[in-house]
Amino acid sequence: MTAIVDVDNLTKTYDGGLTALSGVSLRIEQGEIIALLGPNGAGKTTLISALCGITSPSSGRATVGGHDIVTGYRKARAMIGLVPQEVALEPFERVINTVNFSRGLFGRRRDDALTEKILRQLSLWDKRRARIRELSGGMKRRVLIAKALVHEPRVLFLDEPTAGVDVELRRDMWRVVEGLRADGVTIILTTHYIEEAEAIADRIAVIDKGRILLVEEKTALMTRLGRKTLRIDLREPVEAVPASLADYDLELAPDGRSLSYHYDTRGDGTGITRLLQALAAAGLGLRDIQTTQSSLEEIFVGMIREGAA
Amino acid sequence: MNGPAIWAIYKYEMFRFFRTLMESLASPVISTSLYFVVFGAAIGSRIEQVEGVSYGAFIVPGLIMLSVMTQSISNASFGIYFPKFIGTIFEMLSAPINFLEIVIGYVGAAATKSLIIGVVILITAFFFVELRIAHPFAMLLFLVLTCLSFSLFGFIIGIWAENFQQLQLIPLLVITPLVFLGGSFYSISMLPPTWQVVSLFNPIVYLMSGFRWSFFGAADVGVGWSLLAIAGFTALCLGVIWWIFKTGYRIKS
Ligand SMILES: Nc1ncnc2c1ncn2[C@@H]1O[C@H](COP(=O)(O)OP(=O)(O)OP(=O)(O)O)[C@@H](O)[C@H]1O
Ligand SMILES: [Mg+2]
Repeated sequence: MTAIVDVDNLTKTYDGGLTALSGVSLRIEQGEIIALLGPNGAGKTTLISALCGITSPSSGRATVGGHDIVTGYRKARAMIGLVPQEVALEPFERVINTVNFSRGLFGRRRDDALTEKILRQLSLWDKRRARIRELSGGMKRRVLIAKALVHEPRVLFLDEPTAGVDVELRRDMWRVVEGLRADGVTIILTTHYIEEAEAIADRIAVIDKGRILLVEEKTALMTRLGRKTLRIDLREPVEAVPASLADYDLELAPDGRSLSYHYDTRGDGTGITRLLQALAAAGLGLRDIQTTQSSLEEIFVGMIREGAA
Repeated sequence: MNGPAIWAIYKYEMFRFFRTLMESLASPVISTSLYFVVFGAAIGSRIEQVEGVSYGAFIVPGLIMLSVMTQSISNASFGIYFPKFIGTIFEMLSAPINFLEIVIGYVGAAATKSLIIGVVILITAFFFVELRIAHPFAMLLFLVLTCLSFSLFGFIIGIWAENFQQLQLIPLLVITPLVFLGGSFYSISMLPPTWQVVSLFNPIVYLMSGFRWSFFGAADVGVGWSLLAIAGFTALCLGVIWWIFKTGYRIKS
């Protein structure tokens, strides 16, 4: 399968000398949803801007739908919809006009039925005659989404679409995204909310300091994440793990007051019940138990630290 | 060429103009009327005739030029500065259009607006003075070329400007003085000889002269020179725009 977005060794050094992207390569398949995760200043927006034509890459190349983003910019950009991170809209314009304008900019004829459908999906239809400045922040974000969708893009970039957005809009938005996915639209989104990436993306790419640290299927990541730790605080400290519990691969804390048990939530049985029974049988009194899960966040923070080292 | 996209930009910009039609037209019409009252009636009654034309009529081309030039510059510069300022320019940059198409859309709209204003002022003038236009087609040609070239110039200013002060700077510091000293309200031949020579370095003199010639058939400099001056100015602006296009100056980081 050929990639719909193919980024090859893309580098961007801004005029001030800051290198925001250094040798980014990334292949995105048609129809997938990929989440770009990374800390502030990682280069997510820069990558999107370069692909969309807002900044010129310093070196490397990229294609969208097989069209080079520089030499074939018209065909490449015609396929792209962009919802930028910053809300930028003309305050005095009316919603419907600014949406229709976006379609016109892409050289498409006005299509009132389509505009209506999109505005309705985003719960903006009642506000279509309103001026932008009369809208709330979340509504403005929806207008940006409507503007990005109205020329029927095949590749959609969502740059932190849910920053500062309430639960309802998020739900609206993910419904729209699901609909787009069903139509085969490829979606690249950046976010700081890891749960969001978990909930919606097929793949997750982690970027930091202008480099892609990892691109992985979400399910593979989730398996890694599926591991949980059960911590058992003991009433009385023990010297060593009792022999009867040897099968459980328990970890004893240095002070001998707690045991840690690692298990996989996705497995058929977690073994917790048997362990607790075995603990009772061994005559160990429990003071407290708690479980912890390593989050995507922890994995990423760990990864980013490694990258920095 | 992405015709529909150019049309979209043009229409959008014109829409803005028509939405505020009253404001857009009121200020040039009112200020022109004031000029007629002050220069035409009050001062003009003492000057009587210049080059065989009543003073009130004599200043009509100058008034039109003054408005058209300043309107072209402010419309075009603001037209492109505004999206840069509020950030909506991203949409232009990420659309399947190139810079020249953006220029055509914005400059076309700015030029059309000032052309409309120019024509409205001309119509207003008929209410104040008796006016005959000797070369209507040449008049229209000069008017259109002036609208176009000054809109191109305004567009460049809009790209260059990094704040609102800079946006005002060039029109205020360069254009207004040049227009006033460019024979808008007098004939160059009325100046002392040294100042006549100095005036010849003022490009506006050539435009004014050609434009006035199309009204009254008399010119300060040859009509050919006038056309050459405006063509040269247009070419210069196009050159700068081409350079901006190549380098992405102040629009692409
Ligand atoms: N126009 C610009 N000129 C110079 N430097 C820039 C420009 N835009 C971004 N940068 C720098 O490039 C780096 C990457 O910025 P970018 O906006 O791509 O980060 P990001 O991953 O989108 O971060 P965030 O999560 O905060 O949105 C940062 O160090 C930033 O300061
Ligand atoms: Mg960003």
